[in-house]
Amino acid sequence: MSMLEVKDLSIHFGGVKAVQNVSFNIDAGIVYAVIGPNGAGKTTLFNLITGVYKPTSGEIKLDGESIGGKSPNELATRGVARTFQNLQICMNMSAIENVMVGAHLRLDRNLIKAALRLPTLKKRDAEARAEAAELMRFVGLDAFVDARADAMPYGALKRLEIARALAMKPRLIFLDEPAAGLNPKETIDVDHLVRKIADSGVTVVLVEHDMKMVMNLSDRILVLDYGKKLAEGTGEEVRRNPDVIAAYLGAHA
Amino acid sequence: MLAQFLQFLFSGVTVGATYALAALGFTLIYNASNVINFAQGEFIMLGGMLAVYFTQAGLPLPVALLLAILIPAIVGILVEKLAIEPVKGAETVTLIIITIGASLVIRGLIQVWLGKNTFSLPAFSGDEPIQILGATLLPQSLWVLGVTALVVIALWYFFNRTLQGKAMLATSYNRVAAELVGINTSWVLFMSFAMSAALGALGGILVTPITLTSYDVGIMLGLKGFVAAVVGGLGNGLGAVLGGLLVGILEAMGAGYISSSYKDAIPFVLILLILFFMPRGLFGGKSTDRV
Amino acid sequence: MKKNVYLGLYIVVAILLVLPFVVPNSFYLDLVIRMAINAVIVLGLNLLIGFAGQISLGHAGFLGIGAYASAVLPTHFGWHPVVAMGAGALVTAVLAGLVARPIFKLKGHYLAMATLGLGIILNIAIRNEAQWTGGPDGMPVPTMGLFGFELASDKQWYWVVALLLSVSVWASLNLIDSPFGRALRALHGSEVASQVVGVDVVRYKVAIFVMSAVFASLMGSVTAHYVGFVTPNLADFFHSIELVTMVVIGGMASVYGSLVGAVLLTALPQALATFEGWETVAFGSILMLCMIFMPKGLVPTLAAKFGKGD
Ligand SMILES: Nc1ncnc2c1ncn2[C@@H]1O[C@H](COP(=O)(O)OP(=O)(O)OP(=O)(O)O)[C@@H](O)[C@H]1O
Ligand SMILES: [Mg+2]
Repeated sequence: MSMLEVKDLSIHFGGVKAVQNVSFNIDAGIVYAVIGPNGAGKTTLFNLITGVYKPTSGEIKLDGESIGGKSPNELATRGVARTFQNLQICMNMSAIENVMVGAHLRLDRNLIKAALRLPTLKKRDAEARAEAAELMRFVGLDAFVDARADAMPYGALKRLEIARALAMKPRLIFLDEPAAGLNPKETIDVDHLVRKIADSGVTVVLVEHDMKMVMNLSDRILVLDYGKKLAEGTGEEVRRNPDVIAAYLGAHA
Repeated sequence: MLAQFLQFLFSGVTVGATYALAALGFTLIYNASNVINFAQGEFIMLGGMLAVYFTQAGLPLPVALLLAILIPAIVGILVEKLAIEPVKGAETVTLIIITIGASLVIRGLIQVWLGKNTFSLPAFSGDEPIQILGATLLPQSLWVLGVTALVVIALWYFFNRTLQGKAMLATSYNRVAAELVGINTSWVLFMSFAMSAALGALGGILVTPITLTSYDVGIMLGLKGFVAAVVGGLGNGLGAVLGGLLVGILEAMGAGYISSSYKDAIPFVLILLILFFMPRGLFGGKSTDRV
Repeated sequence: MKKNVYLGLYIVVAILLVLPFVVPNSFYLDLVIRMAINAVIVLGLNLLIGFAGQISLGHAGFLGIGAYASAVLPTHFGWHPVVAMGAGALVTAVLAGLVARPIFKLKGHYLAMATLGLGIILNIAIRNEAQWTGGPDGMPVPTMGLFGFELASDKQWYWVVALLLSVSVWASLNLIDSPFGRALRALHGSEVASQVVGVDVVRYKVAIFVMSAVFASLMGSVTAHYVGFVTPNLADFFHSIELVTMVVIGGMASVYGSLVGAVLLTALPQALATFEGWETVAFGSILMLCMIFMPKGLVPTLAAKFGKGD
């Protein structure tokens, strides 16, 4: 059984059919890429699977259990993490606190204990801070451990999002264009980072426009066009698919 | 029985028309800028108070009324220029607080200038009530309803048939796209404040001969106008008008049949119920926040 | 950076300790007590508005519940003041909790509308139920006694209120820097980001709304006993706005800002008393100017200027 099974998934916004009858499976432990031209529905697909949008129709199963229409916070409890194409960093917090929020479900969220600053909570919080700092180093943000989020450059914020997602200790992570807007050197760093994440055993689903990175990293690729599935398979299969060449690669090449 | 019901209905529709004008004002500004203008009620107050002031100062009625609409419109523009434009794109909480600040300033200035007394305005065409099936209707109510109807028609024409109106409508759907096609969105913002202040003032003038006015009537009238706008589905013009009438009628019926001392609470009970059970209002559409 | 934050608490405590020995007369002692009471309310409200980013335009209504519970229950039913205070807080918690769930599924303006509506309904009820509440004229409140000890003099009240304030500052600081507090701030910073990491945003908004409402209710009771008299003005829309103004001026999302905001705005009517009638204009202008030119409020703005984090 695949880890994630998506069947006939659709969502409509008024007249816009952003995702139409898309089906695919993702096996545990792989890097799975979703590609397609602008507006193809990639982000929408992520939003559907992570519970941000409710599907108009279709089914989503995680480990065989239906999760369609569940809220994002419920999915978080099942080990699903994600980053956002349009940064969703909490600018009212420090960088490390953003990462610590990622550990939310693993910490004691009791209000009374918090207000009284009970020693157990204080100790656990200190550990969480140390873990978060460790994660920031893992994603290459060593220089920003003490920074405020609103004082960080764009490229660093992209990685901060990844660190926050990793703080959830997820099994499945969705990365929406982690390299968008980065310079070539930063792009290579992110490429390596995604590799490291996958190697640590997390299943990665990646949306990316950088074809080199996609081909380099992914085990399988889903191609979307106008909300519909155009092709799916290994990089080699997709590259040779005539529909894809015509509709997508052709247009770019 | 019927006479009593009709009586409540008449008074409900009359104040409801005022709420409708206020609600239209909220809608205009909300559509242009996503701002809820908590100062809207003060324009209603300004309209009534200025009309009283200018008529008492001996100006002929039409001139007095014109000034009582024009000055609030200018105040509306000032609020937009001085308080809203400088913080473009700020958080909702910030914008709410700014417009509340503006409302306090307007109310405070009127209080200092004209005092805390209650004033009345002579009805436009006499006080001789009209008998209908045992209920009485004041001629002023006909003025309120007639003018409101005309305004609604004029607004409909403006938004559907004129270029300026369509530009404003386009901006409310998609500001960026509107800018791209060359619409001057800051002009749209300016117009929407002027228009909604004028609408509020007009409502205030029309209803003053019936309900009287004082420096502090704006809060309640404005809030009820806001209730009406939300009932109608925030941003929906026709909904705002229907919402206004509905709020007015329910208030009058509640006051008549249930308890007059809780009259002012009725719109707020209504709004809580609506927000609980149909949060997009009676006539609102559905949309998904983009991420 | 964290040490810094608690340093402020020690300063506050130190000031509270010396204050009663330096205030010139009972007029100022009274002013200080009222400042401290407001400061506690504003601390709670700031958690909601500044930290969690949610608005309430009806908090005076909750304050009114507490105040009138302390007035009505002992007077008409002979309840012990402490029990009455608890009952007020309980009623507030239940009411706030009941309305909060549906309204926190809404956003921004709707929330403003709903809280405002609730506050207005409460105020109207207080004004109308004259046989219980004395109507618009208000009613006297019996003195507060604890274990056979009567809280009567201003000095005694001062120490009680000072203790409450110190504890509230400490608890607020603790809360902000905890998983709970970070979740609150995160849902303000990015609601969707907080959701996808597992924050049940509606639950957190409800929790902080109820908590701040209970703060207001308890301090409403304290106000009632301290002043010895309650009027519906305690619970009116304008008072709700005053409280929001305190949050905004002192600084949203700033614990010490709450204190500064409460102190300044409690003193303001005093300072403006000579300009009869201009209070409203002054309040409104301050609100607008503050939001336009200093949207972060006094304390964070000054802190940024002098290069310290808050
Ligand atoms: N909340 C929404 N409401 C209305 N339309 C939406 C919404 N979210 C997405 N859409 C529409 O759905 C379509 C797909 O958008 P989506 O963001 O998923 O594309 P994408 O493949 O991620 O593109 P890009 O490569 O530019 O990120 C677009 O036409 C978009 O306008
Ligand atoms: Mg996208």
